[in-house]
Amino acid sequence: MPSRTLDHDPPGSASGPVPAPTRSAAPRRPGSGASRRLPYLLVLPTVLLLLAALGYPVGWQLVTSLRRFGLAQQFGAPPQWVGLDNYAALVSDPTLWGVVVRSVLFCVVTALVTVAVGGAVAVLMNALDRWTRLALQVALLLAWAMPIVAAMTVWIWIVDWRRGLLNWALVHLGVDSAAGHNWLAEPLSFFVVASVVVVWMSVPFVALSIYAGLTQVGQEVIEAAMLDGASGVQRLRYIYAPLVAPVLSIVMLLQLIWDLRVFTQIKLLQDAGSVANETNLLGTYVYQLGTGKGDFGTASAVSVLILLITVALSWYYVRSLMAQES
Amino acid sequence: MRRSPLSRALLALLGLAVAAVWAFPVYWMLDSALLPNVVLQSTTPTFLPFGGSLDNFAAVVSDPAFVRALSVSLVVTLTTVGAALVVAFLGALAVSRFRFRGRSAFVLALLLIQMLPAEGLFIAQYKMMSSLGLLNRSLALAVLYTAAVVPFTIWMLRGFVAGVPAELEEAAMVDGLSRTQAFLRITFPLLAPGLVASGVYAFLQAWNEFTVALVVMTDEQSRTLPLWLRGFVQASASRETDWGQVMAASTLVAVPVIVFFLVVQGRMSSGLVGGAVKG
Repeated sequence: MPSRTLDHDPPGSASGPVPAPTRSAAPRRPGSGASRRLPYLLVLPTVLLLLAALGYPVGWQLVTSLRRFGLAQQFGAPPQWVGLDNYAALVSDPTLWGVVVRSVLFCVVTALVTVAVGGAVAVLMNALDRWTRLALQVALLLAWAMPIVAAMTVWIWIVDWRRGLLNWALVHLGVDSAAGHNWLAEPLSFFVVASVVVVWMSVPFVALSIYAGLTQVGQEVIEAAMLDGASGVQRLRYIYAPLVAPVLSIVMLLQLIWDLRVFTQIKLLQDAGSVANETNLLGTYVYQLGTGKGDFGTASAVSVLILLITVALSWYYVRSLMAQES
Repeated sequence: MRRSPLSRALLALLGLAVAAVWAFPVYWMLDSALLPNVVLQSTTPTFLPFGGSLDNFAAVVSDPAFVRALSVSLVVTLTTVGAALVVAFLGALAVSRFRFRGRSAFVLALLLIQMLPAEGLFIAQYKMMSSLGLLNRSLALAVLYTAAVVPFTIWMLRGFVAGVPAELEEAAMVDGLSRTQAFLRITFPLLAPGLVASGVYAFLQAWNEFTVALVVMTDEQSRTLPLWLRGFVQASASRETDWGQVMAASTLVAVPVIVFFLVVQGRMSSGLVGGAVKG
């Protein structure tokens, strides 16, 4: 239906709670007919809002990342242009490089574990009878629905070194050294805890998505394969795997993107008592640089890096969504 | 597929064990929330809340800090939901009912923006709000939240708007309704489930958000509920914590979310326009 007019809706009736926009984004308005202008008026609030709340910060970040912008600049000294120095520090500064490597490792390992566990749960769900499957689905939905901060408080209570359930259980299993052990104090065990929590949070989405993919496989196909003498492993390898591969790749991609954004989990685990300097990932490091040290130049460069990685990873996913749209 | 009874039982057992692992933290939150601190302080954990009470909840609810955080969270969340629905509805109309130059670039931009993490933007947003003198203002946080949810809300609503055939509206106009009447009485009611689902999405995002709130709401007086919960976590690092109260607090934050989430899960899967137009 090309260019339908909905003239009942006074344009500009809802300009949104946008503060005076800093840059005007005047969209092209070809012709003079009201019906040709209407779609542009309809998207105007969105465009203004996004420019003010996201566009301006991104622009500021790009500019600031090319400058020395530290405490002196906070107190009025003019910022100095330093070219790509802040980006060079990403590789040359050992602390910063350590944060980058740690983040990428954490992201990749956690995403792989999540998809492996989620896939296993999906296969299990597919094999269960109706009522057990429903119980499993309800449990997964509960975990999925938990607000992230509430979930973090529960996990922090479980791993609490004084009276947490984890240490009690380990002592009962014969690991006496677990009594009073603080798992968040050592970077390695800190990241294992963080990874377990993130996997617990992410598996429901992964398992239910892959399960939905598995149910697309027709029963007739499976039965035909069984008549032809295909073993369970062969059915998994030659029938399920190719049909589930597209879901699997999308889910893997989303996990990689989402496991880069674990600020909330890491920040709260740090708050519960770890040495922040040894457990920073990209997000918490930007926070520390910006709010703690007032080093906005480096913080901006790290932020731009986060955005670039995300856009690069998202590109394939966004393209597949666009293809589905048209 | 036929399986022996033994292997079926073993599978069922495995399924229930996995279910228990995933539900356990949620159960543990409720269990601890119902138990008094004396019980939680003992060396052996108590797995069933026998002899429990709602005392922890009463203590949390009567804490002025909770009431303050609740009201900040409500203001921010409801402003976000309202603003996001209005802005996104207009955007969704444009995208699903019009072909215009720049349309696919617009949609592509929305999808990309939707993927951007708060971590990559929040320091600049903090700097922007602080130079505008808008730190600790609910409106500032609501604007940032609205911008964060609008792209995906448009994407969600677009499907619902496209799902209401323009022919329905035209048929009503043939029957003598004006365009406005046709829209309000035919199209709008059919869009209601889509608006509810998008509203719930915006609600969940704003209610749960932590990262941006942490940098914008720097003052203790203007904390949202997630920031208020964080206060307990910080306190636990240095001294003994009344975990029963913390779990009661978490339960209060989680319950509306879990309810909404489960409602939408069901509603989304049932047909949306089912049977309104017969081929």
